[in-house]
Amino acid sequence: MTGGWKMRLALTLAGWTIALAMFSPILWMFLTSFKTEIAAVRTPPAIFFRPTLENYAAVLQRADYVQFALNSVAVSLGSTLLAMALAIPAAYSMAFFPTRHTRDILLWMLSTKMLPAVGVLVPIYLLWRDFGLLDTRLGLILIDSLGVLPIVVWMLFSFFREVPPEILEASRMDGATQTDELIHILLPLSMPGIAATALLAIILCWNEAFWSLNLTTVNAATLTAFTASFASPEGLFWAKLSAASTLATVPILIFGWISQRQLVRGLSFGAVK
Amino acid sequence: MATVELKGVRKRFGAHEIIHGVDLRINDHEFVAFVGPSGSGKSTLLRMIAGLEEISEGEILIDGVAAQGVPPARRGLAMVFQSYALYPHMTVDENMSFSLRMAGVAKEERDRKVRAVARILEMEALLDRKPRELSGGQLQRVAIGRAMVRQPKAFLLDEPLSNLDAALQAQMRLELVRLHREVNTTMIYVTHDQVEAMTMADRIVVLNNGRVEQVGSPLELYQHPASLFVAGFIGAPKMSFLDVAVSSTAAGWVTLALANGVSVSLPAPAEEVKAGTRLKLGIRPEHVEMDGNGELQAEIDAVEHLGPRAYLHTRLSDGSRMVAQVSGDITLREGDRTALHIRADAGHLFDESGKALERRAPARPHQAV
Repeated sequence: MTGGWKMRLALTLAGWTIALAMFSPILWMFLTSFKTEIAAVRTPPAIFFRPTLENYAAVLQRADYVQFALNSVAVSLGSTLLAMALAIPAAYSMAFFPTRHTRDILLWMLSTKMLPAVGVLVPIYLLWRDFGLLDTRLGLILIDSLGVLPIVVWMLFSFFREVPPEILEASRMDGATQTDELIHILLPLSMPGIAATALLAIILCWNEAFWSLNLTTVNAATLTAFTASFASPEGLFWAKLSAASTLATVPILIFGWISQRQLVRGLSFGAVK
Repeated sequence: MATVELKGVRKRFGAHEIIHGVDLRINDHEFVAFVGPSGSGKSTLLRMIAGLEEISEGEILIDGVAAQGVPPARRGLAMVFQSYALYPHMTVDENMSFSLRMAGVAKEERDRKVRAVARILEMEALLDRKPRELSGGQLQRVAIGRAMVRQPKAFLLDEPLSNLDAALQAQMRLELVRLHREVNTTMIYVTHDQVEAMTMADRIVVLNNGRVEQVGSPLELYQHPASLFVAGFIGAPKMSFLDVAVSSTAAGWVTLALANGVSVSLPAPAEEVKAGTRLKLGIRPEHVEMDGNGELQAEIDAVEHLGPRAYLHTRLSDGSRMVAQVSGDITLREGDRTALHIRADAGHLFDESGKALERRAPARPHQAV
């Protein structure tokens, strides 16, 4: 099978090329964060340099990293929990009790993602202001969970659809109430899918910047706002910006690394057999 | 222990009616089979009894009590699904005890009941396994066991054997009959396979297009099909049908002209037909013989050897098809010609609407008419 190994080699090379291409901006950011500001703007960029921690010191000195990080954790976890709590019953009902309009509702939900967020900035801002939600974690949790809700519902809907309805009917014959059905049958059966959905939601909320920048100032600002605060109009401090970005990215990168097995398993989760 | 009664039951999906008024009474301890082709409504009917499907009109009484609005679990019925529908994430033990757990039965009691059922079904060794570690036959047993643990008033079985191979099907048929004898509980069994219905059921309900065609014991259906549909559905290979015309009638007898001009006579309610009436004559394979002097010339399309007997699938001179059951040592082959003799007095007559004329002659040896 000479063709076999050539194909495998080609695929391996292609895979590595794409992965490296996608990883290169992160690598560049990571390296830049250890350069001096002068070294950071040099073209071509220096591959070998004497690393310095001065950017990290400056960044940490200027802002309370821990508070931003805690906000990010609270907001991404909170939004994900809220979105899941709303989406699980919604997806359950759409997957197992579809009506003529189920498809339309799903498409409509997805279509809200095509609306640029800035289009609703003013009404949202005013609402949040009147409800006292500006610059609060709760306010950000609410808007972020609404933001990921369509995707979460869609994903859960397709995972639930993989569960044969007969299994749920069997549990109904066995005396399970709808809550029992959800807790004892549906959730355990679609756990890989639910986990993948939650992980993705956490990552999306972690990276969410628009609302964080517009609805928070100090108290509830997340790491995306922290990062953005280093992109100053007076001039580019690429090394410091890189250090801030690295600090903002590393937690979610580690999180993704740990959970990637679960994520892949969930996203490729097939029929329950 | 339950009677199940259906009164004018209808089912509509939107404007589309798929069950057109079914009246039926299923007695306590009875093994009843719903049989019909796919789309006949048999599964829907079962699911309405189970409570998994709403009734659009009419009512279902379980032990005399209207089931409308009673959730599936509280109807006291247990269902075995075609796909088994076991809970994949639970062990056999957990699968079987799930209903008891939902009912709040204590752990010791649950274990005792599950073990008792596992003993009957000879699957005590499987209790700690997950469904994915079981073979098709074992899955089937677990599904039945899960239904038994609840000690239901009646078992509802939806094509439970259709995923098994033929040998296992034959074995499970016998086991189900034995099981029915042992637990002596009402069983309603849905199948598209008339062999399953014939071999297991006390009574068979033949459904076609959302209507009951006929209800009766297996032999009643076989010997006295009420319609062309039942005649064609029950029995394998199928009954053969010939277009005939009544040439004359006498007291209790009609004489028919076959397509090739040959006349045959058989006992039938002569007062219901008159000369010239077009009818269909149905003949089962066992009532067709190979006979050098036979009245029908046939060309053999296929020979189905089953060992002790064989079936000749033939085409007659007018193009109609006829199946003959012959001795297994036959040496005829596809393409050969032969003459067939039909024992017309064992035949079935159907009018143009497909309704059977009363069959007066039980199967008996052929006599020259």
